[in-house]
Order: sequence, then C-alpha cells, then structure tokens
Amino acid sequence: MAERATLEELVRLQGERVRGLKQQKASAEQIEEEVAKLLKLKAQLGPDEGKQKFVLKTPKGTRDYSPRQMAIREKVFDVIISCFKRHGAEVIDTPVFELKETLTGKYGEDSKLIYDLKDQGGELLSLRYDLTVPFARYLAMNKLTNIKRYHIAKVYRRDNPAMTRGRYREFYQCDFDIAGQFDPMIPDAECLKIMCEILSSLQIGDFLVKVNDRRILDGMFAICGVPDSKFRTICSSVDKLDKVSWEEVKNEMVGEKGLTPEVADHIGDYVQQHGGVSLVEQLLQDPKLSQNKQALEGLEDLKLLFEYLTLFGIADKISFDLSLARGLDYYTGVIYEAVLLQTPVRPGEEPLGVGSVAAGGRYDGLVGMFDPKGRKVPCVGLSIGVERIFSIVEQRLEALEEKVRTTETQVLVASAQKRLLEERLKLVSELWDAGIKAELLYKKNPKLLNQLQYCEEAGIPLVAIIGEQELKDGVIKLRSVASREEVDVRREDLVEEIKRRTSPALCIC
Amino acid sequence: MPPFGFLHMRAWASLFGQLLRSPRAVCIREVHFHSQGTRDLSPQQMVVREKILDMVVGCFKRHGAKRLDTPAFELKEMLTEKYGEDSGLIYDLKDQGGELLSLRYDLTVPFARYLAMNKVKKMKRYHVGKVWRRESPTIVQGRYREFCQCDFDIAGQFDPMIPDAECLKIMCEILSGLQLGDFIIKVNDRRILDGMFAVCGVPESKFHAICSSIDKLDKISWKDVRHEMVAKKGLAPEVADRIGDYVQCHGGISLIEQMFQDPRLSQNKQALDGLGDLKLLFEYLTLFGIAEKISFDLSLARGLDYYTGVIYEAVLLQTPAQTQESFNVGSVAAGGRYDKLVGMFDPKGHKVPCVGLSIGVERIFSIVEQRMKTFGQKIRTTETQVFVATPQKNFLHERLKLIAELWDAGIKAELLYKNNPKLLTQLHYCEDMGIPLVVIIGEQEMKEGIIKLRSVASREEVAIKRENLVAEIQKRLSES
Repeated sequence: MAERATLEELVRLQGERVRGLKQQKASAEQIEEEVAKLLKLKAQLGPDEGKQKFVLKTPKGTRDYSPRQMAIREKVFDVIISCFKRHGAEVIDTPVFELKETLTGKYGEDSKLIYDLKDQGGELLSLRYDLTVPFARYLAMNKLTNIKRYHIAKVYRRDNPAMTRGRYREFYQCDFDIAGQFDPMIPDAECLKIMCEILSSLQIGDFLVKVNDRRILDGMFAICGVPDSKFRTICSSVDKLDKVSWEEVKNEMVGEKGLTPEVADHIGDYVQQHGGVSLVEQLLQDPKLSQNKQALEGLEDLKLLFEYLTLFGIADKISFDLSLARGLDYYTGVIYEAVLLQTPVRPGEEPLGVGSVAAGGRYDGLVGMFDPKGRKVPCVGLSIGVERIFSIVEQRLEALEEKVRTTETQVLVASAQKRLLEERLKLVSELWDAGIKAELLYKKNPKLLNQLQYCEEAGIPLVAIIGEQELKDGVIKLRSVASREEVDVRREDLVEEIKRRTSPALCIC
Repeated sequence: MPPFGFLHMRAWASLFGQLLRSPRAVCIREVHFHSQGTRDLSPQQMVVREKILDMVVGCFKRHGAKRLDTPAFELKEMLTEKYGEDSGLIYDLKDQGGELLSLRYDLTVPFARYLAMNKVKKMKRYHVGKVWRRESPTIVQGRYREFCQCDFDIAGQFDPMIPDAECLKIMCEILSGLQLGDFIIKVNDRRILDGMFAVCGVPESKFHAICSSIDKLDKISWKDVRHEMVAKKGLAPEVADRIGDYVQCHGGISLIEQMFQDPRLSQNKQALDGLGDLKLLFEYLTLFGIAEKISFDLSLARGLDYYTGVIYEAVLLQTPAQTQESFNVGSVAAGGRYDKLVGMFDPKGHKVPCVGLSIGVERIFSIVEQRMKTFGQKIRTTETQVFVATPQKNFLHERLKLIAELWDAGIKAELLYKNNPKLLTQLHYCEDMGIPLVVIIGEQEMKEGIIKLRSVASREEVAIKRENLVAEIQKRLSES
C-alpha cells in the first residue's frame, strides 16, 4: 500500500512537472520526454489505474439512441423530410453553437435555460436553444429576403428533464419556415397544410390543430381591461387552459397576478371559446372586440386563412381557439399548435388533447433584430416535436409486437464446412461490388447453425451457402431464411438471382 | 473610477453620441455573425453534403452496420486522458452548477463509453455526427472547429484480421464510389513501429516524440525529419539513420516478407506480431480484390494514443496539375485497431477489442465543392416536380385547390405566394429552380374542364382533362 502511495505521489509530482514545463513553454522535446515518463509511471500503478471513479452515464437529460431507436427515428424523419421536400423546401445547416450575443434577448424568461460554453480565451459561445433564431441570423447575415427552408437538428435547453414524458435537455427539432414578403396568409396556410400532412402520414392517431393570433390575444386583453404591463404574464396563465380548468386559471390570474375578478371574468367569456370559421365571423361582430384595431386585423387574417384551409381540404382539422397563447415572445401574428386526441372514454364527449406534437406561427420582427439596418423579413413557420412522436411510435410498435430491423442486410454468406473462409471472403466481396447488402461471420470456421441463427436474429432474408461439393459443381446454395427452402444457383447467376429476389417490387424472400 | 468631470473630451463626445442615437440603433451593432471556425451550410452545399453522406452511409449499410447516436456532450471525465496532448483542444461547457460537461472530440470515445455502459460485447455500428475541436482552423484545407465525422467500427473478439480487412474494403468502396480520383491506403502497425524504435535504439521515453516526427514524413522530407529528431529531440545520429533505413520503405506483401527476414526486426517479438498480422491482412485484402490499393508504409505513425495494432490512412493521389494548385487536403480517411479503449471505461476493466475507420467528409466535401466550381456545375436545391401557375387574375383559389390535389397524391409541387402573379414571373421561377413541369390553369380551361401541362425544357404544352391530370403527371415523372 505504501508503495502505491509513493507511486501516486511520484505521478502527482511528475504531472506538476509537466504542467510547469508547458507553462514555461519549454521545448517540445523536453515536454514530450517528461510526458512519456509520466505515462510510464501511471502504467506502473497497474490495472487499478484503469478503474474510473465516475459513473458510466450520459449527461443528465441526454441519451444515446440505440440502433432500434435509430431505425424508428429514420422512419419518422423520412416521412417528415419527404413532406418538406414535397412543398419545395431547401435545406440548410447551422453550427451547434452561436455567439452568445446572438441568443441574448431572444427568449425572454427562458434565457436562463441556455447552455453556455466555458470561456476558454476565445469568443463567448452558447449552444443553440432552437432553430428559429439561427435561421433569422442566417437570413440577416446573408441578406436574404426570401427563402423556404427546413432544418432538422438537435437543440439544447437546461430544462428540468422529464425523460418519461419525453422531455430532454438535448432533443431534435424539425423546422420548416417560409421567409419573405408575400400576399397574406398563403404561406401561413401552407404551413398548416404541411403539419396536417405530416401528422396524418405518421399515423399516430387523430389530431387537432388549434389556431389563434397574437393580435387577437392582445386586443382581447386590452378590451377586457388588462393593464399593458400584465399582458405577458396573463398570457402565460391563459396558456395553461389546456392542462388546468378555467377556475384554476382564474384563481391564478386574480390571486397571484393581481387581476380584478371582473377583468378575469371578461377574459373567461372569450378564452373558453373555440370553433371554426363561424366563431371568427361571430367575433368580427362582437361589439367590444370589433372596436380594437389589432384584434380586427387578426380576425380578418384568420378569416382569410380559413378560406385557404378549406381549399386545402383541412379546415375540419383546424380549431380557432382563443385560449391558445404559446410561449415564445417573437410571435407577431397567427400562432398554432397541433395536439393528439385521445378517444373519449364516454361517447359523445369531446376528445382530450394529450400534449402538443407540433407548433408554430408568424414572427415578422425577428430578422430585423439581427439586420444592422433593422430591415424586416416577415417569417412564418412550424416545428415538429419529434421526440414525442418517437416515443409514441416506439410504444405503438411494442404494442403491436412488430419487429424493427436494425440493419438492411439482404444476404449472409455462410459456409457449411471448415476451411472455406477464403471462398466466403471472395463471394462476399463479389456481392458488395455488385451493390448487394451482405455480411459474413468473422470466424474462420463457423458452425452452420450459428450462421443461420444470426440470420434469424438480424432478420436477414437470404443465406448464400458455400459447400465443398457445391464448389466442385460450380453452384451456391441459396436459402430463404423464412421458408427454409434451398435452391442451387450457378455461381455466375447468383448476383442476378439475389437482386431479383430482393427487388422491392417483387420481394419474395 | 475617475470623478465625473475628469472624463476625456472624446469620451464625453462618445457618450453624447450614444444618447442622441435612437434606442434601436444602439442595440444593433455591426456584429460579426459567426463564431470562428464554424460555418452555415447553404442549400447548395447541403445538396453536395447529402450526396456524399448518402454514398458513405449506403456503403456502411451494405456491410450490415447498425446506426448509433450519442449526445453532443459527455461528462468531462469521460473525455479526460483519452486524447493525450490534444486534450487542450476540447471544448468545455461552462460550469452552470450542474455536471461538468465537454463537447465530444470524436465518435470513438463515445462508442467505447456506450459499449461499456451497455455491457455490449459485439457490435458493428456506424455513426454520422458532428465533433468539436478548438483547433486553429485553416479553412482552405477544410479544417473547421465543428465538423462532421462518419465512423464505422466493429467491436468484439473475433478471428484475427477479418474485421480489419473489411474496414479497409469499406474505405476502398467509399473512396472509389465518390470518384475522387486515384487513392492509396497506407497501412502500418503500432507494434511494428514500437518494435522498430526499440531495435534502432530509441529510448522508450522518446518513442512518442520520435513517432510524431516520423508522422511528418508525408509532408516534409526525410532530411528535415532527421534534423528534427537529432537537433530538437536529442536522438543520436546513428539511431536516426537506422530509423531512416526503415521508415523510407513502403511496398506490398513482398516488403512484409522482407521485414520478416530483417535481422534486427525479426528479433523483436512485438514487431513480429505486427508483421504476422499484416501478412494475414494482405491475404484477405487480395481475396477482397483491393490489395493493389494498399501500401505497407513504415512511416505511417498516426496521432491518437489509443491505437494498439494495425493503423491505416487513405490519401488521394494528385495529378501533377492538381499539385500545382497547391490543394493538398492530406488524408481523407483513417483508422485502426484499438483494443484497450473500452477497458478504460469498464468498471472491471473488461476489454472489448475494436477496429474501425473514420471518413473525413469535410475534406472530401471541399474537394467536391472545388471540383463543381471549376466545372461550373449547377445544382438543384429542391426536388419540386410541378409548378402550379395561372396567367389570369383572381385564380388563387383554383391554384390552391389544384396544388392540394397534387400534394395529396404525393406529387412535389409549388406555387408563388402571390394572389395575381404574372405568368412570365412564374415561368422564370421554374427555370431558375429547375422545375421540369408546369400546370397552367386559365378561364378557358376551367370552362372546358381541362388543364395545360407544359414541359419547362421543351416548352411543349398539351391539354389534359382535369380528372386525368394526376395520372398524367405521374406517368411523365416516372418516364423521365
């Protein structure tokens, strides 16, 4: 033990020596020599040195994606990306970190959730919090006045993670945005069309898209008598209506946020309403609301939006909901949120929304915050909450006991006898060169049974079996794993035959 | 703080200037938008990147690899002591009261952590992801602080050199598939290097230092390397010369045979192990049909500490013309065997042998980008197949209905976000974006129930019945 302690002390001293030399900027040769000595000393400490004193884990709120989760993730992304592409979007990518100042002042109270990088002597950096602010920065930086783009990437928030509910600190966002000065509500309608297409294609159940407008909200607060200074805080109370009852929200507004009960009641008259275009018409006639210019603008735009949504065939999925408030500060016009519906327990009841899976809105002032001359570029967009969708799809597959393949291998090259490694290597290489997805076991003399078992576990449909006799006859046995049927195929026809059997139109493996 | 009145005249002027400017202007300054060493990728660049990644991932899938993903940052302690001298290049996150975190430096250490954490003994996986290094960026050579890596690794105890050979086969398939021109893969072995140093008389404490000198032989001459070893690293000239006899050798399987016979080297067990494995490797590479692309090169040293066996590096061979352009990107792919890394994470030190490769996509990306610029190739940044247009005013509703029909049928379609766009503007948009077909609705057609379908390239128009439109478009698209 004492010996070990002495060694550890030597390691410590040597480590300091190295650090000292580096600080003094000693010659590279000297440093390297001392480092080598340090490493040798550490090695002498023996196997214990390899034992780490930390817990093997990913950082809080983050996770690895296993191959199975990746396979599911790819399927989901394929659906989403093909929809974005169907609508003519280009794709961009931005760095994972931005200059800290780029993100400052964009997220309101949420700013404290931003991950900062350590000051290591360079610029101050922060990890991106969403994909929208980087987008606005990209537009301003490149002086772009219009673009339709999608961006799929991870973002970072030092939130309180609730992994069971799919809330992480590192998570994917799938954003689609249309930037530019256009005729009103056409791009906004397309965003809603895209949300509907994606949610339908993913087959995760019925959904509803709630729509509202920042100007209607603000106008409503104004005519109800909410003081300007309380707009944002009352907004966040109203936002809770999808989770808690009106009574509770009212209590919070009156009890905690200092609103008078009459004002709260006025708000209550409005925010408990939701409906289709008829509600828009109704509110346009509302004696108080129609006095407010802001609210009127919002209502007119919503009316136009509903016309377009009807032409797009999705009006029945959209609900104008006055309680939709949405967090982020930068929205300036229409806002929307898609929720999955749980089928009601009792017939005749309204379906219950179980959490939002997509959201977005119009934000006309954001790019101007980056442009040196304050030039505005109006934007509207949406973000798909894929993490929630991943867990839903995962659950669905588990419930259906559907097997998810984690590889795409089509053929395993196997040998029936010993000493056939060379032949396997030659054959698998031929298959790879022909573009066929193939594997072999990394064993010189694997047992046939093990090779067949490997295929069953991995879901590989075909096996190409090399045998001594078959080699002499110039054939390979091609076996279907599912049916166990075997057929002899001439070596020169093998590639052709495998391609035929695995072609998508005809998959008869 | 100097008292109020002692402010310099210019400071006063500046203060007044700020007060007089409108509040908004004060917030907006001439910011430089980007952090050093990072960049956005434009739509054009993304198309190039996606083509490259599709090819790389396609190859990994062809070899039966599963995909893995890990977080962008790890616990700081996971990355400590894995990268030797390069540890100073790791990006740390600020201590904000929680765990100490660092951005991942490569994809190999996270992989080893994953294997140990999940007690996985065998795995063939690929991982495409970004890594971060606080290096001094040299943009011309495609070296950024944030860049993409494509890794393929085989973990597990297997019969020797088969997985190693497959890694080299994969590298060849990818580099050939990307059509970057001729390339060569240099192969060496850590044990041969160490054995060689030993028999030449290099003191053990100088192994590491001499190794990094040798590593420079691909960029500078033997003369300069020898000078560095003798003058700066204190190596005896005779020792340096002995090294020189070896490291200037490269060749195929015959060189391995030759080294087996070498009187000095054959005395060293380590070197013999390495040579034996390389011989077996070359046998398998011959069966894979790629032996002529592989060169056993005794000067290949490679940076990272964790390699324990075979190491390899692929370089593009430049034509004399290219060399003139001084566009040397160095290696485009590399890798090797690292049998001890997982053991560093496992609480009981259980080893899981690993071998793998990393494709340097950023460098490949620069080359492809450069090539496209030189040849003036135009790239489509969208996949839109049909544009919905109208020459008439007040036809927005019809366009919206029609385009929804196309989208619902899975056709990629666009329209201008204008109530009453001019036909010429719409046609120009199609030409700019490379959209092949236009669907034109007009009053005449509406009355007769037909739509005009126009080919942008040929300008030929044909009238189609509204109800047959989708089928006709699908037919045309499948034919092209």
